[in-house]
This record gives sequence, C-alpha cells and structure tokens, in this order.
Amino acid sequence: MALHLDHVHARSGTFELTADLTVETGQRVAIIGASGSGKSTLLDVIAGFLVPLSGTVRWDAEDITRRSPSNRPISILFQDTNLFPHLTIAQNLALALNPMTGRLRPGNKERIDADLTRVGLSGFADRRLSEMSGGQQSRAALARVLVQARPVLLLDEPFAALGPALKDEMLDLVAEVAEAESLTVLLVSHDPKDARRFARQSILVEAGQVSPPQDTQALLEDPPPALRAYLGGG
Amino acid sequence: MASRPLSVAPALIAGLTVAGLVIGPVTAVILRAEAFSGFRPADWQALRFTLLQATLSAALSVLFAIPLARALARRTFLGRGLLVALLGAPFILPVIVAVLGLLAVFGQSGLLNRILSPLGLPELQIYGLHGVVLAHVFFNLPLATRLILQGWLAIPAEQFRLAATLGMGRGAMWRAIEIPMLLRIAPGAFAVIFVICLSSFAVALTLGGGPRATTLELAIYQSMRFDFDLARAAVLGLVQLALALTAGLIALRVTTLPVASKGLDRRVPRWDRTDRLSICTDAVWITLAALFLLTPLAMVTWNGLAGITTLGASVWQAAGHSVMVALGSTVLCLLWALPLATRWGEWLGLAGIALSPLVLGIGLFLIVRPFANPFDLALYVTATVNAFVSLPFALRILRPEAETIRADYSRLRQALGLSGWAWLRWVLVPRLQRPLGFASGLTAALSMGDLGVIALFANPDHATLPLKVYQLMGAYRMEQAAGGALLLLLLSLGLFWMFDQGGRVGSAS
Repeated sequence: MALHLDHVHARSGTFELTADLTVETGQRVAIIGASGSGKSTLLDVIAGFLVPLSGTVRWDAEDITRRSPSNRPISILFQDTNLFPHLTIAQNLALALNPMTGRLRPGNKERIDADLTRVGLSGFADRRLSEMSGGQQSRAALARVLVQARPVLLLDEPFAALGPALKDEMLDLVAEVAEAESLTVLLVSHDPKDARRFARQSILVEAGQVSPPQDTQALLEDPPPALRAYLGGG
Repeated sequence: MASRPLSVAPALIAGLTVAGLVIGPVTAVILRAEAFSGFRPADWQALRFTLLQATLSAALSVLFAIPLARALARRTFLGRGLLVALLGAPFILPVIVAVLGLLAVFGQSGLLNRILSPLGLPELQIYGLHGVVLAHVFFNLPLATRLILQGWLAIPAEQFRLAATLGMGRGAMWRAIEIPMLLRIAPGAFAVIFVICLSSFAVALTLGGGPRATTLELAIYQSMRFDFDLARAAVLGLVQLALALTAGLIALRVTTLPVASKGLDRRVPRWDRTDRLSICTDAVWITLAALFLLTPLAMVTWNGLAGITTLGASVWQAAGHSVMVALGSTVLCLLWALPLATRWGEWLGLAGIALSPLVLGIGLFLIVRPFANPFDLALYVTATVNAFVSLPFALRILRPEAETIRADYSRLRQALGLSGWAWLRWVLVPRLQRPLGFASGLTAALSMGDLGVIALFANPDHATLPLKVYQLMGAYRMEQAAGGALLLLLLSLGLFWMFDQGGRVGSAS
C-alpha cells in the first residue's frame, strides 16, 4: 500500500505546483522547503482542500483526487484550530467519530477514553480546550486524529507554537503512535531538526517543484543552493 | 482553494422565502393598483405631509443631537454611562408607550399644560404636525446623538492635543476639527432618520390624522379600514414603496456611518472644557435631553401603576397574543438570519427596511384573501411581517461574528466532514450565543411593541397588546390604556432582557 501523486499539476492563485512521487505505507516523511516554496499547497492537494488541474492522487489503486477532505483515508493536524475550543474534549472527539450528528454511540465512550489514555490525557474527557495548557491541547488534537483512525496522517507544523522541549516530546509521541498503528505520516516543518528527529526520508519542495522522498540525513548535509540559503549556511 | 460553499441548501431556502415575501406581496400590490389616475388631491396631501414631517423630524433630531453629543463627548458626570445606554433604549420602546408618555407630558391635560395654564399661557396642542414631529424627535434624537457621538469620539486625540499646543480658541477648534467631522457624519444621520420617518405609521395614527396630518402609511390604513378601497391602498402602497426605495438608496450613498458602536463610554480628552460658559451650555443640554427623554417614561410608569390592576380579561388575552407573536417572530427571524448571515444575505435583508410593513400587509392581504379570511390570520401575518422587519437588524448583529466563525473553522469542518446539522448544533449556534441572544432580544421586543400590520387586520378576537392599548386610548379609557402601556413596556423590556441575558450566560467566548 502506498500514497501516490501521479503527474500532479495544481494551481493556487498564481502559484503553480508539480509533483510526481510515492510514499510507502508506514513511512514517516518530512516535507522540507523554503517559505513560499509550496509545502502547504502540496499538503492541501493531498488533504483535498485543493483539487489539482491535472494528474491523480491515489491511495493504492483508489483514485481520491476529487474526494472531499473527510472522504479520504487521511487525517490532518493544522497549525492551529484542531478542535473546537467551546466544546469539551469528549464532545470534540464525538464530532470526529460521528460527524453527521455529533452524538456518542454505544461503545464510543470506551474508545475515546482509551485514545485519551494513549496520548496521556486520561481523565480529561470533560475538560474544555480553554482549560488546558498548550501541550495538553496538542495531545488532545492527536487524540482526535487517533479516533478518526485514518491510515495517513498529515502534520502542518502543528506543534510550532510549543517550546522546543514540548515539541520534541510531541513529535516522539506521534512517532510512537504512528509506529504502533503503522500510519503513513507526512510532516511539514521549517525546522531541519524536526526532520532529523522524526523522518528518515524527506520530500524537498523548491519553487513549486516537488521531488520524491530521499534520505533526510544526506539531503540536509548537502542541501541544494536554495535550501542552503534558507537553512542559513547548512 | 476549491472550498465549496458550505451548506448551500438552508441559505437557498431562507433566501428564496425572503425574496418571495418581497416579490409576492409587491406583485400583488402592483396588479391590484389600477391607473394612477386614482391619485386624488388628498393623496398628494399625504405625500407632501410625509415628506414634510420626515424632513422636519430628521433636521430637528440632528440639530439637537449636535450640542448634546458634544456635551456627552467632553464631560464625565455621574450617570453618564446610564444616559448613553439609555440612548439605545428607544429602539425597543413600543411606539404606543412613548406616545402615551408624550401625551402625559405635552398633551391637553398633560404636565406642561398644568404648569402653563396657571400662568395664563396658551394651551399646548399635541395633535397634528408638531405632535408627529415631537414623537419622531423623541425616538430619533437618541439615534442621532449616538451616531454623532461616535463621530466625536473617532476624532484622533492627537488633533485636540495639537489644537491645545497651538493655543487654538474654541471657534478655531470648532472650524478646524469639529465642523469637518459633522459634515461627514450629520448628512448620513439625517438620511437614516429621514428614511425611518418616511414609513411612520403608529405615530401618525395616534398623533396625526385628519386630512392635514396624514402620512402615506396612514392613508393606506385608512383606505383599507374605512373605505375598503383596495385599489387605492395599492396605489398608495406603490408610491410609498417608490419613495422608500429612492430615499433608501440615497441614504446608502451619503451614509458613511462609523461601523463599530463600542467605546461610547470614553471621553474625548481636550483642553477647552473648563471655562464657565461651556460647562453651563453642556449642563443645560444634558439636563434638557434627560428630562425630554425620561419624563414621558416616568409618567407612563406612574400613570400605569394605578391602571395595571384594573386591566380586563381582554387586555390580558391581547398580552398573551403579543407574547406569542413576539416569540414566533423571533424564531422565524433567526431561522432566516442564521443561514443568511453572509454578505449577499445582508443585502437581501435590507429589503426589510425598504419595504414598509403596511405595503407588505396589503400585499399579503391580497394574496391570502382568495383562500382564507385574512382577519383570521392576523396574528400569523403580523408575526411574519415583524420577523421580516427585524431581519436586517438581526443580520447586522450576527453577520460579523458568523463570518469569523466560518473563516476560523471551515477547514476543520471540512477535515471532519461535519454535516450541516452538526455544524449548526455544535459549532455555529454555541459560538454565536451572545449575538444570538442580543438579536433575539431585539426582535422579540420590536415585535412585541409593533403597532403596524396588526392594525390593518385587526379584529377584536385577534388584538395584540399595542393595538388594545390604542383602542383603549380611542375610547378615552386613559387609566386602562396607561395600565396596558406599562404592561407592554414591562413585557418588551422583559423579553429583551431575558434573551440578551440568555446569550450571556455561559457563552462560548
């Protein structure tokens, strides 16, 4: 099983993006590139927020190019707004489980409690987001992804607002969970340390050109000129 | 972004209903209105009077608002916050209550005449042009004051600081800083009040009347109630519609009203406020305004206290009708407003200002008549029209917040694949709680106090409380009328307070 982008050509405003690559199941891949190089556009195409002009997005044999974001085998953690702050964690997770009604079905409660325990938030079900610290909020967002139980997870710099230590802790937690569930994870980050820590392979995005995954270590040790300038002397 | 418009269906349904409620009645009126040859001298008179009273009312409101707003802008005193808050109250004050209050002060046996007659001065007469204008100034002076006060508070403090540095006198400051601001704000305030007064019905009904003090809206009512001349009512309705549309469009052009209404509790820091003359003028204006606005309300309350215990069963029944109508309007208005809280929805809602309730009423009457007795449907028609009239205000309150919510959460909504219902139930309504409470309160109070369409359709079995009070007034049962008015005042303010408070308790933000 794998995620394929076949000859994808997308446009967002005047910005153009081309991609042709495959990410194997269970891989953790970082998406690296300078600001404005097209990292977020790439993520939008995969997540379904942007329909490409041509080319296909496939999950195995399944063409998902035109499916809506919620009908893809994909879940996503945004930079912010991953949960509704006025609802409790349990209510948020109930919405993720049953997006038609937002009500809990029999058995949902146990499921939610189990996933909250896995992210280290057991007993937090009835808390509101506004009553939790930044680190706890990130964990709750991760629990939302867990109850969605999609095979592919996209991370759009979701921990950028956390301090360095907390961010590392969260990345390790995501890696641990991804390992256990054999999730395919794509991480957008502007910090090369994140890529080194989290992903053996990296996708380089340069001026709208997306390269296939390559070894993270090798890429960061000998970056192409544009990335070198962005990273600051590499 | 290929983000599809979210939940199109409810917006479409709401939009079509509202559009239908505009197009249907207007078409019915146009079809019924035969040639304009039927426009009689009396109708010309009504047109002239409508324009005259609207011009005078708007001009006087703005004129008096200028010194009052200036006094409020540069003074702090005990009760200033209360007075400024009170300036928002006439919006939800039932017209009939205010009229009774004004009668108690300026009427034949009112407070002023009781003071004047021992002095041998001539008696004041309130009925006619000056009564209509007086009531309109009572309602719109506060509005004009709020608008102009915003203008004053929007002048950057640096300008006054600079003026002080240059040693500018009062006159120089007035010319250089304040007149330019007034030239920007005052025409808009005038236009808005002019448009409001064009469609004046309840005030003209109670304080005008007679061939020389009849507005178009009142003429529509009279040709329905007294002559049952539907063709003439329809012709008048068309003239009213054309007038309101023209004036409304002009008002939209000249109006550059400040958008935000917050921060009226600030005071402009300036350095010309300590001389005795300016202190005295400001004090006089504030006192006069407070007396003018508060005395009628105090009189209604005082007179009503005696009457409220003597109210008959029919008054209580009318009060029950009014509460049902108010709640019905509120529900309907929110059903429209939630999906229409967008840019084009707000444009559509503006029809609620342009289309006068009486024109709408005539149209609905004509549509309903082949199928049912319109008089039996009086309360439903009233609730519908009231919801429609409140819609532009509800949209004004809801739209900014609704758009923020959509912008903030549309990606999360798409990622989760929330259904329209789940979005409404779990996100939009909970997060809109505060503005929803405020909008509901306004709608309920407006509908509770409405004396418009119901007068067209009235019959004894389906009276609302404002109509009942009007009928008691007409029968010279002033004590009961005062009691009914106090009850109406309490119910209107009570409904507003309940809804508004409901929006605050445990609100999401």
